[in-house]
Amino acid sequence: MPRTALEPRFQVEHLSILDSEGNLDAALEPKLSDRDLRSLYRAMLLGRRLDERMVRLQRQGRIGTFAPIKGQEASQLGSAFTLRRSDWMVPSFRETAAMVWRGWPIEKLLLFFSGHLEGGQPALEQHDLPITIPVATQLPHAVGLAYAAQYRGDDAVVMAYFGDGATSEGDFHEAMNFAGVWHVPLVFVCQNNQWAISVPLKKQTHSRTIAQKALAYGLPGIQVDGNDVLAVYAASREAVERARAGDGPTLIECVTYRLGVHTTADDPTKYRTDQEVAMWEQKDPLTRFRAYLEKRNLLEEGLEQQVDEEIAEAVRRFETAPAADPLAMFDHVYAELTPELTAQRDEMAARERATPSDTGDAGTTPPGATPMRGQRLTRR
Amino acid sequence: MAKLNMVKALNLALFQEMERDGDVLVLGEDVGVDGGVFRVTDDLQRTYGSQRVIDSPLAEAAIIGTAVGMALYGIKPVCEIQFSGFAFQCFHQIENHCARYRMRSQGRFHIPMVIRMPYGGGVRALEHHSESEEQFYAHIPGLKMVIPSGPRTARALLAAAIRDPDPVIFFEAKSLYHAAKEEVPDESESLPIGRAQTVREGDALTLIAYGAMLRVALEAADVLRDEDGVGVEVIDLLTVSPLDRDALVRSVKKTGRAVVVHEAPRSFGPGAEIAASIMDGAFLSLEAPVRRVAAHDVPFVGFAREKANVPDVPRVVAAVRETLAF
Repeated sequence: MPRTALEPRFQVEHLSILDSEGNLDAALEPKLSDRDLRSLYRAMLLGRRLDERMVRLQRQGRIGTFAPIKGQEASQLGSAFTLRRSDWMVPSFRETAAMVWRGWPIEKLLLFFSGHLEGGQPALEQHDLPITIPVATQLPHAVGLAYAAQYRGDDAVVMAYFGDGATSEGDFHEAMNFAGVWHVPLVFVCQNNQWAISVPLKKQTHSRTIAQKALAYGLPGIQVDGNDVLAVYAASREAVERARAGDGPTLIECVTYRLGVHTTADDPTKYRTDQEVAMWEQKDPLTRFRAYLEKRNLLEEGLEQQVDEEIAEAVRRFETAPAADPLAMFDHVYAELTPELTAQRDEMAARERATPSDTGDAGTTPPGATPMRGQRLTRR
Repeated sequence: MAKLNMVKALNLALFQEMERDGDVLVLGEDVGVDGGVFRVTDDLQRTYGSQRVIDSPLAEAAIIGTAVGMALYGIKPVCEIQFSGFAFQCFHQIENHCARYRMRSQGRFHIPMVIRMPYGGGVRALEHHSESEEQFYAHIPGLKMVIPSGPRTARALLAAAIRDPDPVIFFEAKSLYHAAKEEVPDESESLPIGRAQTVREGDALTLIAYGAMLRVALEAADVLRDEDGVGVEVIDLLTVSPLDRDALVRSVKKTGRAVVVHEAPRSFGPGAEIAASIMDGAFLSLEAPVRRVAAHDVPFVGFAREKANVPDVPRVVAAVRETLAF
């Protein structure tokens, strides 16, 4: 009995539509209206400018540690752009641009990154999960959401984000497996930004692509140029349509690059070269898309100022957000306070009356001692 | 009213809750066609179909993780982890997400799910099939930890757990599954989570136990009554967390002495929290230190040595006598 090849033969495609030289594959160019192209670019620019602003806010001590997204705008927005409001977005922790596009107010994100859980509360009508920090653990949640949507007979699609490092976690593989077996309406979006803090992709996996990992679970997988927003959009639209039609989940690997630090507590000079970063800067997703829009005469005058003003207004709202009431920490442990929590809350209330805690707010600190939330530190 | 063992009583609760609420869904390994390895979910899939009673792939983290996602959507999953010894493979989903989602989202989301797990020894089983790990869950803010002691409390507490808006870890003592039958009312019945029951009144000492150890405590109380003429009050905790401190304190204020019995290893176990709560609330009534009768601080010992490790009636009787003689 000879060895036989099993059918079907598996294959993985790579999709690129607009390359970093500005070459366009017109046959593959997605049909996006001028309005859509403009709002896609605006969202990418807002993502970039907000990211740069947040790094400065962090350096000034006005917000805490966060994970910058610079360089990954096309991966995030080309994908999130294909969702309806009623669909669900499941982020990890490096999706600020997509989260803002989905409707998270910028001031809420700033609140979140300055240690206020209020910033992690989605609005009631919002179909977005809050940021999940333990790597890949949000992926089974996405599968469960998609199963529930199907169970209820809703036509919602779920899109879940994660990085290249996450593909080493068991939760990624379990989620892919469950998604395949249950055939749920889900799109897995891997932002392969080449680095999981200091560990490069080649030390993360021996696979040639991340996309091919889908094949083991019986799902389609596709690799796209993650800095080409048109390619990300085209692949995502196809995957979302397939999911909505009841044809199951897809894995999209967006090959991109983290141009900035892992988080604001990271120093990438320890593990990667300036030449590598410079090489990827040549492939900047914004530059490429901007040139494309310029050719089509779709660039708006004064867009940068407009976006910066939107950010500045959000920063102002963030600075004047209400003080953190320490007693509110008991509000959302259970639906009802337990007797023990009531006792602990009462103890705290008595302590707070005697000596208010410093929660970084003007109302509870002596003037001049500590800056208000979001305000510049006088001594650094 | 029918006489049911604990397996049948739990099965009845699942049937009645699934009938009552179309959002209740059952998920786990072998829970469908097989009806669960202990048959607790028997016939549910035949009645409610494979979309609602799901034979999942074999992966604890994804069972709990996908159930979290379902709960975020408003579904009420009842998950079965085949043995509590395997729950460490989903512990991160329980601690990082089940327990925290209400807080993280500031009330926008909550996790109305139940995680059922058979626990405990006494069934001559292999490693990971005999341990008692309630202390891990009881320590996590945001979770509730429930352990019934027989068919009737099992049925009533499972119904309460399914209706609870927050995540409940529900331990079922394997040694109790077929141990005894009890009268269980036909009509739906629930018990409040967080409330202990005084199952025997007495004034000499308060004996506190839960799950499979309740029977041990009651038999010890019989011995003490018959041989020593001592009236021991026995409290069935039923919920480990949130702990019914009032019931414990009230009883010890009356008796002045307390002994706690549990199958989990002694150090940092529920007995320590119970003893501290009694100290806080009834210090001036105490006539003797609070004693703990528990498993030793050793990993799984093999069932050949299990009887030497898990509390039994003579150990409890001895601890009570020493406490009374203090």
